[in-house]
Amino acid sequence: MTEIGSTPMAVEVEYGKPVPAPDEASRPFFEGTLRGEIMLQRCRACGFWMWPVRVRCIDCFSDDLTWDAASGMGTLYSFTIVHQVVHSGFANDVPYNVAMVDLREGVRIVASVTAAAADLRIGMPLLAAFDHITDTVALPRFRPATTGS
Amino acid sequence: MIGLLINGNLSPEMEPNLQLSLGFHDLTLLNTMSAYGSTPATMLQYAAAAIAEGQVDVVVLLYADAPLQPQGSAGGSYATQLPPEGMNGLPNAYGFYGANPGYAMATRRHMHLYGTTSEQLGAIAVSQRRWALMNEKAQMRKPLTLEDHQQSRFITEPLHLFDCCLVSNGAIALVVTSPERARHLRQPPVYVLGVGQAAPGDSHRSDREPLVHTGAKAAGQQALRTAGVQLEDIDVLELYDCYTYTVLVTLEDYGFCAKGEGGAFVEDGKLGPGGALPTNTGGGQLSSFYMWGFTPLSEGVIQARGQGGLRQVDEHDLVLVSGNGGYLNYHSTVILSPHVP
Repeated sequence: MTEIGSTPMAVEVEYGKPVPAPDEASRPFFEGTLRGEIMLQRCRACGFWMWPVRVRCIDCFSDDLTWDAASGMGTLYSFTIVHQVVHSGFANDVPYNVAMVDLREGVRIVASVTAAAADLRIGMPLLAAFDHITDTVALPRFRPATTGS
Repeated sequence: MIGLLINGNLSPEMEPNLQLSLGFHDLTLLNTMSAYGSTPATMLQYAAAAIAEGQVDVVVLLYADAPLQPQGSAGGSYATQLPPEGMNGLPNAYGFYGANPGYAMATRRHMHLYGTTSEQLGAIAVSQRRWALMNEKAQMRKPLTLEDHQQSRFITEPLHLFDCCLVSNGAIALVVTSPERARHLRQPPVYVLGVGQAAPGDSHRSDREPLVHTGAKAAGQQALRTAGVQLEDIDVLELYDCYTYTVLVTLEDYGFCAKGEGGAFVEDGKLGPGGALPTNTGGGQLSSFYMWGFTPLSEGVIQARGQGGLRQVDEHDLVLVSGNGGYLNYHSTVILSPHVP
């Protein structure tokens, strides 16, 4: 089976973990994270926000979609502490957390939290921060927010 | 007139051209069907309808896979495909691989909402291992204690090793035909009394919670209504068990206990041999073998026929079988009986 970390892209050799490849449909999201914003698709007809990319509004089925900046505020819906190494790029990171975050906009996204496992609490308020994993790609990672607003 | 329905999985061989590899000629029904672990119920519905319409006399339902290869690890078997493009590549970028983290987060959410404990989940694993000890086809034949479960390594917290299903190479085929024809065949017939399906939908909107409120509720009600039976009448359960949590949340959503009470419900071992609610009587996917929806369905047929040998449940008039797929996105229910409906 092909080992993903062995692909000969210079950027992957340096970083060692998979780097998302922005495509046409997701470009606004990845441009946003480089600026320090979580850009999400939003329905112009009903205002519904979405994650990840959809072709129509998943609430009212309108195809009139745009991209808007989310607040970056959310709460921790759930999390797991990963111990198993599936991709060799994470071998030095285990145990690490993967989280689902409920954004204030009503969207539940996959991300991670920059906090120790012992400090993670479901429902805790979170604020988006951005991890520039390469020169061209940044990932949202959340940090505990000091207030609940 | 013979038909072949193939359970689509991650194997490229499980396509309609499997017919050619097997040398089958002149089929009158052929398809690959795929709703992940909930597929067999869909196949049964389609096969039954085609038989009733006279399009086909016999339909073979087939699952086969060989994810375990000499070079690979079991943990990586379903998790090392190339990363998807665009935002769909985000989970891998965070180190989210395969199904384990998603089910771990579902489990953690349930623990948070209802106080479910790892020991309660362990009781499910222990009960099923007791069944597996009586199944000569089971991969896991050593006794398992709650302490073993608790001390097993974390795969992804809160899931221990023994909360997670096996990875298996193998195949299962089921033969579906009309009741009239089945009566004259070598094996005792098992009747399909009812089928239900439910797919609750998108997990990425915070006004819904399909990780805790699964499709089992709607699918179960539909299957019971079709069969004309009550939940209390069910003698044997064969529940899809990719993880211990899947069993627990399915019991709740079927209504065997209230939402949130699954932990307390299973911790006395009532799912095991001699218990009040015999469940996953071959050891399930946690302890016997992982053949997606075909593990619970095939064991349901074996129990309904009374061919379970050492593990046969005395009362087996009604057997309820569940299927589940995705991150609890797809659910199916089948009710089987050895008696003519």
